[in-house]
Amino acid sequence: MNKEYIHIILADDDEDDRLFFTDAFKELKISTKVNTFNDGVELMHYLNDPEAVLPNVLFLDLNMPKKNGIECLHEIKNNARFDNIAIAIYSTSSSEEDIEETFVIGANIYIKKPSDFASLKKILSEVVSINWQYHTSGLNKDNFLLRL
Amino acid sequence: MKAFLKFDFNIVTKKLLEEKLDGFGVKYSIVGFGEIEFLEELTPEKLEAITTLLNGYGIEIIENQKSILVQKIKDLIAEIVLQENNLNVKSSAYLADKLNHSYGYLSNLFSEVTYTSIENYIILQKIELAKHLIVNEKLSLTEIAYKLNYSSVAHLSSQFKNTTGITPSAFQRIIERRRKIANEK
Repeated sequence: MNKEYIHIILADDDEDDRLFFTDAFKELKISTKVNTFNDGVELMHYLNDPEAVLPNVLFLDLNMPKKNGIECLHEIKNNARFDNIAIAIYSTSSSEEDIEETFVIGANIYIKKPSDFASLKKILSEVVSINWQYHTSGLNKDNFLLRL
Repeated sequence: MKAFLKFDFNIVTKKLLEEKLDGFGVKYSIVGFGEIEFLEELTPEKLEAITTLLNGYGIEIIENQKSILVQKIKDLIAEIVLQENNLNVKSSAYLADKLNHSYGYLSNLFSEVTYTSIENYIILQKIELAKHLIVNEKLSLTEIAYKLNYSSVAHLSSQFKNTTGITPSAFQRIIERRRKIANEK
Protein backbone atom coordinates (compact mmCIF):
# COMPACT_ATOMS: atom_id res chain seq x y z
CA MET A 1 0.00 0.00 0.00
CA ASN A 2 1.03 3.59 -0.49
CA LYS A 3 2.84 5.25 2.33
CA GLU A 4 0.53 8.03 3.40
CA TYR A 5 3.03 10.82 3.57
CA ILE A 6 4.47 13.21 1.07
CA HIS A 7 8.18 13.67 0.67
CA ILE A 8 9.16 17.30 0.14
CA ILE A 9 12.52 18.89 -0.65
CA LEU A 10 13.37 22.58 -0.58
CA ALA A 11 16.54 24.10 -2.00
CA ASP A 12 16.96 27.67 -0.76
CA ASP A 13 20.03 29.57 0.40
CA ASP A 14 18.10 31.75 2.85
CA GLU A 15 18.09 30.22 6.31
CA ASP A 16 14.96 32.09 7.47
CA ASP A 17 13.02 30.96 4.43
CA ARG A 18 14.02 27.34 5.08
CA LEU A 19 12.89 27.62 8.67
CA PHE A 20 9.56 29.23 7.79
CA PHE A 21 9.00 26.57 5.20
CA THR A 22 9.65 23.57 7.46
CA ASP A 23 7.54 25.11 10.23
CA ALA A 24 4.62 25.68 7.84
CA PHE A 25 4.67 22.03 6.81
CA LYS A 26 4.64 20.87 10.42
CA GLU A 27 1.26 22.55 10.86
CA LEU A 28 -0.44 20.99 7.81
CA LYS A 29 -3.01 18.20 7.97
CA ILE A 30 -1.18 16.04 5.42
CA SER A 31 1.82 14.25 6.85
CA THR A 32 5.02 15.26 5.13
CA LYS A 33 8.74 14.65 5.40
CA VAL A 34 10.76 17.74 4.57
CA ASN A 35 14.46 17.86 3.63
CA THR A 36 16.24 21.11 2.86
CA PHE A 37 19.41 22.00 0.95
CA ASN A 38 21.35 25.25 0.97
CA ASP A 39 22.20 25.48 -2.72
CA GLY A 40 21.80 23.83 -6.11
CA VAL A 41 25.05 21.88 -5.94
CA GLU A 42 24.06 20.24 -2.64
CA LEU A 43 20.60 19.48 -4.05
CA MET A 44 21.82 17.88 -7.28
CA HIS A 45 24.44 15.91 -5.38
CA TYR A 46 21.64 14.41 -3.28
CA LEU A 47 19.27 13.74 -6.23
CA ASN A 48 21.97 12.17 -8.39
CA ASP A 49 22.74 9.53 -5.78
CA PRO A 50 21.01 6.43 -7.23
CA GLU A 51 19.98 5.39 -3.73
CA ALA A 52 18.34 8.71 -2.88
CA VAL A 53 14.66 8.78 -1.93
CA LEU A 54 13.20 11.09 -4.56
CA PRO A 55 10.70 13.73 -3.40
CA ASN A 56 7.07 14.00 -4.53
CA VAL A 57 7.45 17.76 -4.71
CA LEU A 58 10.67 19.73 -5.08
CA PHE A 59 10.68 23.44 -4.23
CA LEU A 60 13.42 25.42 -5.97
CA ASP A 61 14.53 28.91 -5.12
CA LEU A 62 15.65 30.71 -8.31
CA ASN A 63 18.53 32.74 -6.87
CA MET A 64 20.98 30.43 -5.20
CA PRO A 65 24.77 30.53 -5.09
CA LYS A 66 26.92 27.95 -6.96
CA LYS A 67 24.05 26.58 -9.02
CA ASN A 68 20.81 28.50 -9.45
CA GLY A 69 17.26 27.20 -9.69
CA ILE A 70 17.05 27.43 -13.49
CA GLU A 71 20.22 25.35 -13.91
CA CYS A 72 18.83 22.73 -11.52
CA LEU A 73 15.51 22.75 -13.37
CA HIS A 74 17.26 22.10 -16.71
CA GLU A 75 19.29 19.23 -15.23
CA ILE A 76 16.24 17.66 -13.62
CA LYS A 77 14.11 17.90 -16.74
CA ASN A 78 16.85 16.26 -18.80
CA ASN A 79 16.94 13.16 -16.62
CA ALA A 80 14.07 10.69 -16.97
CA ARG A 81 14.73 9.36 -13.47
CA PHE A 82 13.15 12.56 -12.13
CA ASP A 83 10.01 12.46 -14.30
CA ASN A 84 7.68 11.85 -11.38
CA ILE A 85 8.85 14.79 -9.30
CA ALA A 86 6.53 17.80 -9.34
CA ILE A 87 8.68 20.92 -9.48
CA ALA A 88 7.67 24.10 -7.72
CA ILE A 89 9.60 27.31 -8.28
CA TYR A 90 9.69 29.25 -5.04
CA SER A 91 10.83 32.75 -5.78
CA THR A 92 10.58 36.44 -4.93
CA SER A 93 10.32 37.38 -8.61
CA SER A 94 6.89 38.08 -10.03
CA SER A 95 8.00 38.99 -13.54
CA GLU A 96 5.56 37.49 -16.02
CA GLU A 97 8.43 36.59 -18.34
CA ASP A 98 10.35 34.70 -15.62
CA ILE A 99 7.23 32.81 -14.67
CA GLU A 100 6.32 31.70 -18.17
CA GLU A 101 9.95 30.77 -18.88
CA THR A 102 10.15 28.40 -15.89
CA PHE A 103 6.88 26.75 -16.94
CA VAL A 104 8.20 26.30 -20.47
CA ILE A 105 11.40 24.69 -19.17
CA GLY A 106 9.24 22.25 -17.23
CA ALA A 107 8.25 23.61 -13.82
CA ASN A 108 4.78 22.57 -12.65
CA ILE A 109 4.17 25.19 -10.01
CA TYR A 110 5.25 28.79 -9.55
CA ILE A 111 4.99 30.31 -6.11
CA LYS A 112 5.69 33.91 -5.34
CA LYS A 113 7.18 33.82 -1.84
CA PRO A 114 4.53 35.27 0.47
CA SER A 115 5.46 37.80 3.12
CA ASP A 116 3.58 36.28 6.03
CA PHE A 117 3.40 32.87 7.64
CA ALA A 118 -0.38 32.42 7.33
CA SER A 119 -0.32 32.87 3.53
CA LEU A 120 2.66 30.53 3.26
CA LYS A 121 0.76 27.82 5.10
CA LYS A 122 -2.29 28.33 2.91
CA ILE A 123 -0.22 28.17 -0.30
CA LEU A 124 1.76 25.08 0.72
CA SER A 125 -1.40 23.32 1.79
CA GLU A 126 -2.92 24.01 -1.63
CA VAL A 127 0.19 22.80 -3.47
CA VAL A 128 0.35 19.57 -1.52
CA SER A 129 -3.37 18.94 -1.86
CA ILE A 130 -3.44 19.48 -5.64
CA ASN A 131 -0.27 17.45 -6.09
CA TRP A 132 -1.92 14.69 -4.09
CA GLN A 133 -4.83 14.66 -6.53
CA TYR A 134 -2.44 14.30 -9.47
CA HIS A 135 -0.63 11.56 -7.60
CA THR A 136 -3.72 9.55 -6.59
CA SER A 137 -6.23 10.21 -9.38
CA GLY A 138 -4.15 9.47 -12.45
CA LEU A 139 -4.29 13.01 -13.84
CA ASN A 140 -1.99 13.94 -16.69
CA LYS A 141 1.15 15.43 -15.11
CA ASP A 142 2.19 17.03 -18.40
CA ASN A 143 -0.74 19.40 -17.99
CA PHE A 144 0.05 20.21 -14.36
CA LEU A 145 0.61 23.96 -14.24
CA LEU A 146 -0.22 25.96 -11.14
CA ARG A 147 0.60 29.51 -10.22
CA LEU A 148 0.07 30.84 -6.71
CA MET B 1 9.93 11.87 -35.47
CA LYS B 2 7.47 12.49 -32.66
CA ALA B 3 3.86 11.36 -32.44
CA PHE B 4 1.29 12.56 -29.94
CA LEU B 5 -0.97 9.91 -28.54
CA LYS B 6 -4.46 9.96 -27.18
CA PHE B 7 -5.62 7.25 -24.81
CA ASP B 8 -8.89 5.76 -23.81
CA PHE B 9 -7.97 4.63 -20.31
CA ASN B 10 -11.09 2.54 -20.05
CA ILE B 11 -10.09 0.37 -22.99
CA VAL B 12 -6.40 0.29 -22.07
CA THR B 13 -7.19 -0.87 -18.55
CA LYS B 14 -9.75 -3.43 -19.62
CA LYS B 15 -7.48 -4.99 -22.25
CA LEU B 16 -4.57 -5.10 -19.86
CA LEU B 17 -6.64 -6.72 -17.11
CA GLU B 18 -8.04 -9.29 -19.52
CA GLU B 19 -4.62 -10.20 -20.88
CA LYS B 20 -3.01 -10.49 -17.48
CA LEU B 21 -5.85 -12.29 -15.70
CA ASP B 22 -6.32 -14.71 -18.59
CA GLY B 23 -2.61 -15.42 -18.23
CA PHE B 24 -3.26 -16.57 -14.66
CA GLY B 25 -6.06 -18.84 -15.83
CA VAL B 26 -8.49 -17.55 -13.20
CA LYS B 27 -12.23 -17.10 -13.74
CA TYR B 28 -13.37 -13.52 -13.31
CA SER B 29 -15.76 -10.98 -14.66
CA ILE B 30 -15.13 -7.27 -15.06
CA VAL B 31 -18.09 -5.70 -13.30
CA GLY B 32 -17.45 -2.11 -14.21
CA PHE B 33 -14.64 0.37 -14.40
CA GLY B 34 -12.38 -0.43 -11.46
CA GLU B 35 -14.28 -3.47 -10.25
CA ILE B 36 -13.52 -7.14 -10.83
CA GLU B 37 -15.29 -10.14 -9.42
CA PHE B 38 -13.28 -13.32 -9.09
CA LEU B 39 -15.57 -16.26 -9.80
CA GLU B 40 -13.48 -18.70 -7.81
CA GLU B 41 -11.66 -18.72 -4.47
CA LEU B 42 -8.09 -17.55 -4.93
CA THR B 43 -5.27 -18.95 -2.84
CA PRO B 44 -3.38 -16.22 -0.96
CA GLU B 45 -0.31 -17.04 -3.08
CA LYS B 46 -2.21 -16.53 -6.30
CA LEU B 47 -3.79 -13.28 -5.07
CA GLU B 48 -0.34 -12.09 -4.01
CA ALA B 49 1.09 -12.92 -7.45
CA ILE B 50 -1.77 -11.08 -9.21
CA THR B 51 -1.39 -8.08 -6.89
CA THR B 52 2.34 -7.87 -7.58
CA LEU B 53 1.88 -8.19 -11.32
CA LEU B 54 -0.82 -5.49 -11.44
CA ASN B 55 1.22 -3.18 -9.20
CA GLY B 56 3.85 -3.14 -11.92
CA TYR B 57 1.27 -1.46 -14.17
CA GLY B 58 0.26 1.08 -11.52
CA ILE B 59 -2.91 -0.86 -10.69
CA GLU B 60 -3.57 -1.35 -7.03
CA ILE B 61 -6.08 -3.62 -5.33
CA ILE B 62 -7.85 -1.46 -2.78
CA GLU B 63 -8.47 -3.16 0.52
CA ASN B 64 -9.71 -0.42 2.75
CA GLN B 65 -13.51 0.17 2.71
CA LYS B 66 -13.16 3.94 2.91
CA SER B 67 -10.81 3.99 -0.06
CA ILE B 68 -13.25 1.86 -2.05
CA LEU B 69 -16.08 4.30 -1.44
CA VAL B 70 -13.83 7.24 -2.30
CA GLN B 71 -12.84 5.51 -5.52
CA LYS B 72 -16.51 5.01 -6.36
CA ILE B 73 -17.17 8.71 -5.75
CA LYS B 74 -14.27 9.56 -8.06
CA ASP B 75 -15.56 7.20 -10.76
CA LEU B 76 -19.03 8.77 -10.60
CA ILE B 77 -17.52 12.25 -10.76
CA ALA B 78 -15.59 11.23 -13.87
CA GLU B 79 -18.92 10.12 -15.32
CA ILE B 80 -20.63 13.39 -14.35
CA VAL B 81 -17.85 15.50 -15.83
CA LEU B 82 -17.83 13.59 -19.11
CA GLN B 83 -21.59 13.81 -19.47
CA GLU B 84 -22.37 15.63 -22.68
CA ASN B 85 -25.74 16.82 -21.52
CA ASN B 86 -26.30 18.65 -18.33
CA LEU B 87 -27.53 16.39 -15.54
CA ASN B 88 -30.99 17.30 -14.41
CA VAL B 89 -30.07 16.56 -10.83
CA LYS B 90 -27.37 18.22 -8.76
CA SER B 91 -24.17 16.18 -8.45
CA SER B 92 -24.64 15.98 -4.67
CA ALA B 93 -28.07 14.35 -5.06
CA TYR B 94 -26.74 12.11 -7.83
CA LEU B 95 -23.83 10.81 -5.71
CA ALA B 96 -26.01 10.27 -2.63
CA ASP B 97 -28.58 8.38 -4.66
CA LYS B 98 -26.10 6.19 -6.54
CA LEU B 99 -24.07 5.28 -3.47
CA ASN B 100 -26.87 5.00 -0.92
CA HIS B 101 -25.26 7.30 1.61
CA SER B 102 -26.14 10.81 2.69
CA TYR B 103 -24.18 13.50 0.88
CA GLY B 104 -22.93 14.78 4.24
CA TYR B 105 -21.37 11.41 4.98
CA LEU B 106 -19.80 11.10 1.52
CA SER B 107 -18.51 14.63 1.64
CA ASN B 108 -16.82 14.19 5.05
CA LEU B 109 -15.32 10.87 4.06
CA PHE B 110 -14.02 12.27 0.78
CA SER B 111 -12.29 15.22 2.45
CA GLU B 112 -10.78 12.97 5.10
CA VAL B 113 -9.21 10.61 2.57
CA THR B 114 -8.31 12.96 -0.31
CA TYR B 115 -7.58 16.25 1.50
CA THR B 116 -9.93 18.08 -0.82
CA SER B 117 -13.69 18.56 -1.02
CA ILE B 118 -15.97 16.88 -3.55
CA GLU B 119 -16.84 20.32 -4.97
CA ASN B 120 -13.17 21.22 -5.49
CA TYR B 121 -12.46 17.82 -6.93
CA ILE B 122 -15.24 18.22 -9.52
CA ILE B 123 -13.88 21.62 -10.52
CA LEU B 124 -10.35 20.20 -10.75
CA GLN B 125 -11.57 17.36 -12.98
CA LYS B 126 -13.47 19.75 -15.24
CA ILE B 127 -10.44 21.99 -15.61
CA GLU B 128 -8.22 18.97 -16.32
CA LEU B 129 -10.63 17.94 -19.04
CA ALA B 130 -10.63 21.49 -20.43
CA LYS B 131 -6.81 21.35 -20.54
CA HIS B 132 -6.95 18.06 -22.37
CA LEU B 133 -9.41 19.47 -24.91
CA ILE B 134 -7.25 22.58 -25.44
CA VAL B 135 -4.06 20.59 -25.95
CA ASN B 136 -5.16 17.40 -27.68
CA GLU B 137 -8.36 18.28 -29.48
CA LYS B 138 -7.51 21.88 -30.28
CA LEU B 139 -11.05 22.93 -29.39
CA SER B 140 -11.82 26.61 -28.93
CA LEU B 141 -12.83 27.90 -25.52
CA THR B 142 -16.37 28.43 -26.79
CA GLU B 143 -16.62 24.78 -27.80
CA ILE B 144 -15.11 23.63 -24.51
CA ALA B 145 -17.43 25.82 -22.44
CA TYR B 146 -20.38 24.31 -24.28
CA LYS B 147 -19.10 20.74 -23.96
CA LEU B 148 -18.43 21.07 -20.22
CA ASN B 149 -21.73 22.80 -19.48
CA TYR B 150 -20.36 26.19 -18.48
CA SER B 151 -22.90 28.95 -18.80
CA SER B 152 -20.39 31.11 -20.69
CA VAL B 153 -16.79 31.31 -21.91
CA ALA B 154 -16.17 33.93 -19.22
CA HIS B 155 -17.27 31.48 -16.55
CA LEU B 156 -14.93 28.78 -17.87
CA SER B 157 -12.02 31.23 -18.19
CA SER B 158 -12.42 32.56 -14.68
CA GLN B 159 -12.73 29.08 -13.16
CA PHE B 160 -9.63 28.02 -15.13
CA LYS B 161 -7.70 31.04 -13.85
CA ASN B 162 -8.92 30.54 -10.27
CA THR B 163 -7.93 26.88 -10.26
CA THR B 164 -4.57 27.04 -12.02
CA GLY B 165 -3.49 30.65 -11.52
CA ILE B 166 -2.97 31.08 -15.26
CA THR B 167 -5.30 31.93 -18.12
CA PRO B 168 -6.34 29.30 -20.68
CA SER B 169 -4.42 31.13 -23.41
CA ALA B 170 -1.22 31.28 -21.32
CA PHE B 171 -1.66 27.57 -20.64
CA GLN B 172 -1.98 26.84 -24.33
CA ARG B 173 1.05 28.98 -25.18
CA ILE B 174 3.24 27.27 -22.55
CA ILE B 175 2.32 23.76 -23.70
CA GLU B 176 2.94 24.71 -27.33
CA ARG B 177 6.36 26.16 -26.51
CA ARG B 178 7.23 23.01 -24.55
CA ARG B 179 6.31 20.86 -27.52
CA LYS B 180 8.36 22.99 -29.87
CA ILE B 181 11.41 22.58 -27.63
CA ALA B 182 10.79 18.83 -27.37
CA ASN B 183 10.59 18.58 -31.15
CA GLU B 184 13.87 20.42 -31.61
CA LYS B 185 15.72 17.97 -29.39
